[in-house]
Amino acid sequence: METVLDIMTEALRAGVGVNGAVFALAAIGLNVQFGYTGLLQFGHVAFLLLGSYAVALTMGFFVGASGLVAIAGLLLSAVIAILLACVMALIMGGPTLKLRTDYLAIVTIAIAEILRLLTRSSLLEPLTNGVRGIQQFTDEFYALDPFEMAVSFFGRSLFTPRATWIILIGWVLVLLSSLVVWRLMSSPWGRVLKSIREDEDAARALGKNVFAYKLQALALGGGIAALAGVIRALDQSNVNPDGFLPIFTFVTYAGLIIGGAGTILGPILGPVIYWSLLQGFDAVLREGLDAGWIPETLLSSSDLSAIRFVLTGLILVLVMVFRPQGVFGNREEMVLDAN
Amino acid sequence: MPTETAATGAAALEDVQRVPGVAKPDPILVADHVSRRFGGLKAVDVEHLEIQRGTITALIGPNGAGKTTFFNLLTGFDTPNTGSWEFHADDGSATILTGMSPHAVARTGLVRTFQLTKSLTRMSVVENMRLGAPANPGESMLRALLPGTWRGYEKQIQGRVDELLVQFKLDHMRDEYAGTLSGGQRKLLEMARSLMVDPDLVCLDEPMAGVNPALTQSLLRHVVDLRDRGMTVVFVEHDMDVVREIADWVVVLAEGRVISEGPPDHIGNDPAVVEAYLGGKAAGARREVDTTGPSAARQTATDDRLRGGSPRAAPDAGPADVAPPGPTGTTDATGADGAGTHEEDDQ
Repeated sequence: METVLDIMTEALRAGVGVNGAVFALAAIGLNVQFGYTGLLQFGHVAFLLLGSYAVALTMGFFVGASGLVAIAGLLLSAVIAILLACVMALIMGGPTLKLRTDYLAIVTIAIAEILRLLTRSSLLEPLTNGVRGIQQFTDEFYALDPFEMAVSFFGRSLFTPRATWIILIGWVLVLLSSLVVWRLMSSPWGRVLKSIREDEDAARALGKNVFAYKLQALALGGGIAALAGVIRALDQSNVNPDGFLPIFTFVTYAGLIIGGAGTILGPILGPVIYWSLLQGFDAVLREGLDAGWIPETLLSSSDLSAIRFVLTGLILVLVMVFRPQGVFGNREEMVLDAN
Repeated sequence: MPTETAATGAAALEDVQRVPGVAKPDPILVADHVSRRFGGLKAVDVEHLEIQRGTITALIGPNGAGKTTFFNLLTGFDTPNTGSWEFHADDGSATILTGMSPHAVARTGLVRTFQLTKSLTRMSVVENMRLGAPANPGESMLRALLPGTWRGYEKQIQGRVDELLVQFKLDHMRDEYAGTLSGGQRKLLEMARSLMVDPDLVCLDEPMAGVNPALTQSLLRHVVDLRDRGMTVVFVEHDMDVVREIADWVVVLAEGRVISEGPPDHIGNDPAVVEAYLGGKAAGARREVDTTGPSAARQTATDDRLRGGSPRAAPDAGPADVAPPGPTGTTDATGADGAGTHEEDDQ
């Protein structure tokens, strides 16, 4: 029983913790683009990079600030993050959104890598500090932390007061952006996005400016993803170009698809499920090794972190086989899509 | 909304000469020197064409004649190599459509449907219809956040949505996904949806393709009904029986050119048309166009291939071409599928 609770604590910490919130925000943004508008873009991590650097650089002007000034600095960071993401959406979308889906995917992954390599380059080093990255911009944020007690789960420490603060902000942003997305998707604007996903020529023939709608979807999704970048930077107290590898985009896709693309709950809970599974398997295997249930000859502790990915991958395959529409997706829609 | 000239339908065209490129009394669309090349092949090469307001004009021609390509050019879905065309809306305004994007063309009042039906499968029938409404304030991103700014408009269009759904016998499917409709119902939905735009000119690309004979009759009535409500209709069709039944005027395309125009009776007896359809071998035989069965269609397709054409050489050789609805049967229904979808994909 104690072991089970240990494992659950680990899984919960990963799923509901800051990682869950960051990936949920990223997935909500991706859902606007991919789930509702049908834009297959693989450069999502670029928006996070912009959000992270926006907060790191902006908070540099607010060193030592406290109270309302610090809050203003953080709000300004968020606004700059969103604006940068919108500019990025225009740069990314302008030349590519008239391309066919598969070309869009290729071009966007390249754009994200170019952006990462630029932030690493000596050209931008005066601004981004190159590979060393930027640190020490979060003191003002954590000075605002109202929590003094750690959060515990059946007597086990779950989140430190510091973690609780950033997690709370993260999930509040998840809630707010989900509300905005829900409002938009149940409006005529959302209807046009869905029609573009279904058949953009049909939307054009009905007088809808498909290109403008795609740009708007890209900017909205990018803005939400930039907020994920803000949260991640505040959590890690460090931004560094090599924290923004393409793998981030793919994990976001995995979370979104497990949860169900084109739904409101899917992108929120999909990443939670993904990270809980991953850390849950990690904890199970480690407990198993420690207790001697898994013989050393079968699995050595050095292979453990690889095996948890194998097991998580297996679960993903099973979800796709038995529930291709995702946990919160609509079966009927999926069947129609196959036709 | 019939215009100042009282005569609509065939009556308006009684005195018009039966020669290609002839001027019409009250044209809604005037096209000049429209050409489109695919590599070495001139798919469309129309010197001059006018479409009379308030009539049903049929656009016919053998496979690869350039009918769909011509539609794509007119509606902005494809870019011509040369040419210009002008749209004279029912309100008297004239717009040069050359170079306009598809959505801008649609907003002037020229709406099209597609050969391969484009129903938005994962949206309900009623949502499909609502999408067609023009200038919806809720389609602006910022106003979409404030339901107060668009709820009224949505209520206002609902009456029209319901009326069209009843008229097209889709009201019982109202809340079903469009993807659950049958092929014929999808054609009806696409037509009804385009009427939500409140167009002056409706371009129907093979509205009867792949529809069973019973539903064809109902579709025909809808097309005639469009004209009787004051709209102008241009449609692409293969079945001469259908053309004879509803068209006021017929334009025949072959190898991208207008080779004949006139009322349906005139077309059936025009030697140029017979030759275009049956090719050199059968040119001597005085046969009517509607005897063009699957074998003749296949013959044309084969000829195209022999001339070294790419799949694009027969842009609208879709399944519908080889399998016209009705007694000619459905042999080879999937035979030329590749060519048909290929063209759609290239848009």
